[in-house]
Amino acid sequence: MLKLEKFEIRQTDFALSADMVLEPRTKYAVIGPSGAGKSTLLNAICGFISLSGGRLLWQGSDITQADPADRPMTMLFQDNNLFPHLSVQQNVGLGLRPDLRLQRDEKDRVAQALARVGLQDHADKRPGALSGGQQSRAALARVLVQARPLVLLDEPFAALGPALRNEMLDLVQSLIEETGAALMMVTHAPQDVRRIADQVIFVEGGRAHAPQPAAALMDNPPPELRAYLG
Amino acid sequence: MARRVVAISPRGGIAAAALVLLLILAALGAVMSRAEVGAGLSPSDWAALRFTVVQAVLSAVISTICAVPVARALARRRFFGRGVLVTLLGAPFILPVIVAVIGLLTVFGRAGWFNLALGAVGLPPVSIYGLHGVVLAHVFFNLPLATRLLLQGWQTLPSERFRLAAQLRLTPFAAFRAIEWPMLRQVLPGVAALIFVICLTSFAVALTLGGGPRATTVELAIYQAFQFDFDLGRAARLSLAQLVLAGGAALIALWVIPPVSLGSGLDRPVQRWERGGTARALDTICITLAAGFLLLPLSAILWRGTWGLAAVPPVVWKAAGQSIFVGCISVVVLGVLALPMAGWIASSRRGGVEAIGLLGLSASPLMIGTGWFILIHPVAAPATLALPVTALVNALMALPFALRIMVPRLRDTVQDYGRLSATLGLRGWPLWRWVLLPRVRAQAGFAAGLTAALSMGDLGVIALFADQDRVTLPLQMYRLMGAYQMEAAAGAALILLTLALGAFWICDKGGRWHAEA
Amino acid sequence: MKYLTLAAGILGASAAYAETPELTVYTYDSFVSEWGPGPAIKTAFEAECACTLKFEGMGDGAALLARLKLEGERSEADVLLGIDTSLIATAKATGLFTPTTIKADYTLPVAWEDDTFAPYDWGYFAFVHNSDMTPPKNFTDLAASDLKIVIQDPRSSTPGLGLLMWVKAAYGDEAAGIWEGLADNVVTVTKGWSEAYGLFLEGEADMVLSYTTSPAYHLIAEEDATKSAAVFDEGNYMQIEVMGRLAASDQPELAQQFIEFMVSDAAQSVLPTTNWMYPAVTPAAGLPKGFETLSVPEKALLIANDDVPALRDEALQEWLGALSQ
Repeated sequence: MLKLEKFEIRQTDFALSADMVLEPRTKYAVIGPSGAGKSTLLNAICGFISLSGGRLLWQGSDITQADPADRPMTMLFQDNNLFPHLSVQQNVGLGLRPDLRLQRDEKDRVAQALARVGLQDHADKRPGALSGGQQSRAALARVLVQARPLVLLDEPFAALGPALRNEMLDLVQSLIEETGAALMMVTHAPQDVRRIADQVIFVEGGRAHAPQPAAALMDNPPPELRAYLG
Repeated sequence: MARRVVAISPRGGIAAAALVLLLILAALGAVMSRAEVGAGLSPSDWAALRFTVVQAVLSAVISTICAVPVARALARRRFFGRGVLVTLLGAPFILPVIVAVIGLLTVFGRAGWFNLALGAVGLPPVSIYGLHGVVLAHVFFNLPLATRLLLQGWQTLPSERFRLAAQLRLTPFAAFRAIEWPMLRQVLPGVAALIFVICLTSFAVALTLGGGPRATTVELAIYQAFQFDFDLGRAARLSLAQLVLAGGAALIALWVIPPVSLGSGLDRPVQRWERGGTARALDTICITLAAGFLLLPLSAILWRGTWGLAAVPPVVWKAAGQSIFVGCISVVVLGVLALPMAGWIASSRRGGVEAIGLLGLSASPLMIGTGWFILIHPVAAPATLALPVTALVNALMALPFALRIMVPRLRDTVQDYGRLSATLGLRGWPLWRWVLLPRVRAQAGFAAGLTAALSMGDLGVIALFADQDRVTLPLQMYRLMGAYQMEAAAGAALILLTLALGAFWICDKGGRWHAEA
Repeated sequence: MKYLTLAAGILGASAAYAETPELTVYTYDSFVSEWGPGPAIKTAFEAECACTLKFEGMGDGAALLARLKLEGERSEADVLLGIDTSLIATAKATGLFTPTTIKADYTLPVAWEDDTFAPYDWGYFAFVHNSDMTPPKNFTDLAASDLKIVIQDPRSSTPGLGLLMWVKAAYGDEAAGIWEGLADNVVTVTKGWSEAYGLFLEGEADMVLSYTTSPAYHLIAEEDATKSAAVFDEGNYMQIEVMGRLAASDQPELAQQFIEFMVSDAAQSVLPTTNWMYPAVTPAAGLPKGFETLSVPEKALLIANDDVPALRDEALQEWLGALSQ
């Protein structure tokens, strides 16, 4: 259970506050107008932006000051999710050991993860030699081996076509279910929300509203959300 | 609020920077401790300062401006011999001063090829001696360096950008403003500052081509104070003035460098979608002019040296071995100093620390050498430490180049992959091993090559420390000249040039694989 | 620090083994090079001294003196060899040298009376030119001609300083006028002798400041008779190269023996064709073949050692003033 307690982010001309609890094994969609602070929220949870107030608690212990790597989560960014100079296998392996000194069983886990996302034949290739969809799969294979309780997606599939994006979202969904992780994903598309999300976090007007059940919210949106959905 | 980006520990960088400062300040302090108290600078010292600044500013501005079209042309054209030309760009910079000056004079001197050509068409000869001669020589030394640094900048531009430009059918000027100008704004000030500082310590070139005492530089005044007047106080004051000038230039340059990233691509080979006869013709002209300006004096050295090779005595080969040894240690020392510093600078928002790197270059080698001689002499025989000290000082001189070459790339790496590295818990050695070193490999190779070549051609410190068994190739070459053996000296110069270029080529090649990959 | 300890260990060990005494001589770079007199002198002296002779070569005369001043009393040097008369007063003022009595039949054009330094070779400064031209007869001629010359900077080189003294010795208070006349003849000024001579050989100038003995090198070593040295009718300035003993030397007898050796036939006969200067004592076998073809000035100029420092500052200002316009 991740608790955002009086969470405050303040930047030069931007402020965002949040106060909520994220439950395990739940899929959250983060929606809201451009520039409202969806990415900022994720970056702050991940530890890339310091808080100006409030705390972040994981299972009751304070992780506000913890290093990004020491937090119970992993994140896929809009781009640069793979090191272009390392092979797919190495990129995935880094999810297990930062020094890449993989033991036999760890190597097996990397191979299994690659097989799981359908990249077993591309293990030695560099990301530049892969298609966009394959790159996304490679990043997901790493998320899989990292096996963190919370996965954050900051629109990593934005550049993919609709069919491919749906394919990736399905893959994410099944991976999440296999590992039993919670998911927090930024999206712009209402159909994505309906497709996977259990809960919706609406970010708008300097606030990240507490999660609400997705189906009910989308069927009967409050005025601000209605304005955003158009 | 501060963005916490990446976990490059600043400790190594701070330690390296502190060591650099210590090396310079300890030397300065040692010189001062032996000096009698004196005040201020004499009118002739002020005149030297003025001349030094004027020629250094001119040299820096002209070298940098001329380098832009050349680097741009080299970045967009593929032609036979391009690789060789790019490697040869390193050559003038690493030549011992006297060799380069004689090469230049063969082309531009009173009886040089240029004046012969002018005479053939009935034009009066042009004299190279004067401020313009000093600037010409400094441009000869530094234009290639500037070109290489800018070329490196062009190589960091993702190929995706050029695709976009082609897609949008941007006019050449619009494409330049949108893609290349932001990169140049980041790279140019640093390059100009670097060349300014190199030219600050010019001595023999400025004097010889300046045509007389009008062209007195601060470094000459320092030499005079140390060697002729043994006025350590004046030497220290002048050294300090030099450091202040260089530090000031560095700070100004780093101040105007905007802290922006160039974005990232997927390391696809750079391929550009530009056509047009005019652009191609212009590029061809730029490359031809630059190549002619650089290669003619080099070919003069080659021509002369080939004849002299037969006259080269065996001691020269022994000296060559010493020089290679010095080059190798210099590269190692440089790596230990430059990488952590570059990492530190790249992950801080402003690059003020890079100014410390420039201090090493702007400190008079004679001052550092003398200072350390004073410090070492009571403890050990300075000659036994000749090679380590030389390697250390050479690494110090090469440090600003290495930083200038590596910092922009590391900064981009931090920007692009900092968060990813952080989520993966990459820090310390694994971060360097798996992310930073591979990303900065091409730049590190270039820097190592430059360092190896520079230290092979160095004469500064070794002259103070060397004894009979530790003579390096440049020193041996001067000895040959001092013994009227001009032919053998030309042969030795050719060997030196070949060695330096060879070292440069090996390191540079080792790092540049991705440009073609 | 490991390196220091290691180095100290090796040095200590070798000192313990050393049974033969060692004599350290500081000299200029070109003296010790393969082509200089150093190697032959070392062999010959070691054959008779039962000692090890160690040459330390560094820069030129001025650099040598600067080094000794840096090292002070702690210097390893027993003998300094290679400053010229214009630096003698400065050298004595350091108080680092001890008097040396020596008997020798000097064949210098001037009488030698210095109690601390002994000459080992000498030469005349002169402008060297290609033999196919008619050289000027004096500085006034040169100034009036449109000949181009390369000279060395008196602030960084001994020949450059010699030229200052030459003009001062020949023209006294009118030296400044001579320099103003010469200003348009000076193509450029170099840091040291090698650069200037190199430029001359490149054809950058008609004449270069060097020595009357320079053509001997081209004649004897290269069998090339196309170089000559100009004799000026107001006289040519002398460069007398000297050596002296350090007061703090731990081998005073050996140092004395070395200095006596340097003016003996064995050493003197080596110098002409290695250092390309006249020996201070003409060897019994006479000068090497080729030396008789050299131009010999009728008048030898030399400013008294003690007068040099004061004159130097004055002359330097005149030189800077004339050439900086």
